[in-house]
Amino acid sequence: MRREKLRALAPLEEPRSPTDLRVRQLRARDLLRGDLEGPDLEQHVAEATLPTTMAKTIGWARANSIFPATFGLACCAIEMMSMVSPRYDIARFGAENMRASPRQADMLILSGRVSIKMAPVVRRIYDQMLEPKWVISMGACSSSGGMFANYAVVQGADKFMPVDIHIPGCPPRPEALVYGFNKLQRMILGNPDSGWRRRYKAIGTEEWARAATGTASPDEAEAYAAARELSVAYDSARAQESRQGRRDA
Amino acid sequence: MPDSPGLELIAHELDDAAAGSVLSTYHEHGQACLIVDPQRILEVLGWLRDTPAQEYRFLASLHGVDYLPSEPRFGVVYELLNMPRVERLRVRAALADPGGEELPEIDSCMPLFAGAEFQEREVYDFFGIVFRGHPDLRRILMPEDYVGWPQRRDFPVGGEPVIFTHTEREVPRWYA
Ligand code: SF4
Repeated sequence: MRREKLRALAPLEEPRSPTDLRVRQLRARDLLRGDLEGPDLEQHVAEATLPTTMAKTIGWARANSIFPATFGLACCAIEMMSMVSPRYDIARFGAENMRASPRQADMLILSGRVSIKMAPVVRRIYDQMLEPKWVISMGACSSSGGMFANYAVVQGADKFMPVDIHIPGCPPRPEALVYGFNKLQRMILGNPDSGWRRRYKAIGTEEWARAATGTASPDEAEAYAAARELSVAYDSARAQESRQGRRDA
Repeated sequence: MPDSPGLELIAHELDDAAAGSVLSTYHEHGQACLIVDPQRILEVLGWLRDTPAQEYRFLASLHGVDYLPSEPRFGVVYELLNMPRVERLRVRAALADPGGEELPEIDSCMPLFAGAEFQEREVYDFFGIVFRGHPDLRRILMPEDYVGWPQRRDFPVGGEPVIFTHTEREVPRWYA
C-alpha cells in the first residue's frame, strides 16, 4: 500500500526533485523497516550517500589546504617561520600558504606570549577571520602564560578566544608544531585523535567520567560537577547569543 | 669614562656652580655616578651639557629604579654621553617617596634633551614618577586604563595559578 503511494508520489521513471522531503522520509522509513529493495533502495543509497560523502570530501579539502595567518607574537614565531622552510616543509600538508590578511586565513597560530595590550588585537584578528577557522596555541606562553607570571601577560590565550590545539614546549620544535597541525587536520576530518587516553587504555578517566566511577574524592566530584555546569551554561549562553545574531563584544 | 679623581673634580665644579646639588658620588666597575638633589636636576644636567669642559651633550638613556626598602626610595637615572671623548657619566636623582597616594615628582628634562620624551613616559608608566613640564605624560607601554605602577617593588608579581593535570589538586577551587 505504502509502496503504491510512494510510487504515485514519485514515479521512478521521472526525474524527481531531490528536495522532496516527504518522499525521502517515506523511503527512509521503509529502509529502516527493511522493506525497501530494488531500484528504490539503490536510489536511496545514491541520494543518502552523496551528502555524507560530500561532507567528508569538504573536510578532506579543508584539512589539506589550510591557510595560516601570518601572525607572529614572540620567540615562538621563529619556530613557526621555520615550519614553512624546506627543512620542515609544512607544504607537505598543504598549509604553506601564509596569508597576510585574516580575511584570507583560516588558521591562527598563537606563536608566543599574548600581553594584555595585545589580547584585544589578537581577538580582533580572530573575529575577522572567516568561518570555518581554527586556532593553535603554540608554546607554554600562549597556553598558560609560561614563565611570564606577571602583570603584562595574559595567563593563557584561551581566556579570551577558543583554542583547538595546545602545543607544549618553550618553544615547541617545528616538528612539534607540524605534529600539532596534523592533529588539527584529524579534527577537521571529523576523526579526532583521542590521544593518550586511547593509547594507554584510559578512556573513562576524563575528569567528568572519574566522578561517575566513584574514584574521585567528594571535593573533586563537586569541583567537576561545578565545572561541567559552568561550561554547559556557557555553551548554552553562547548558542543563544548566536541564535539571536548578537555579536561577541 | 671619567676616572675616580675626574669624577670628584666634576662633582666639585658642579657643586661650585650649583651649590648643594651633589649629594654624593661613587665610582664602581669603571662607571662614574653623581647622585644629585632632584630639585636641582635641570641645573645639573644643563651644567653638564653646556659647560665647555664637560659637554655631555647626549642623553643615552633615562630610566627609573625602585630601591625599596632604602631611603630615598626612587632613583631617576640619566646616562649621559660625551660623543667626541666617548665618556659616559651617570647622574642619579635620589627621589623620596611622598607616601600614600601621592606620586614623587621631578622636573622633566625635555627642555634640555628632547629625546627624553618617551623614556620619561616609560618611567612614569612603570614607577609612577611624575615629570613636571612633560607635554604629554601618559602611559606608554601598559594599557591606558591600567591601574598601578607595575615595576615598583611592592607591586605584586601577579600571574595566577594555571590548572594542569598535575596541579589540579593544589589550585584551590579553581572553578569558582
Ligand atoms: S613559549 Fe617560550 S619560545 Fe614561546 S613565546 Fe613563550 S618564551 Fe618564547
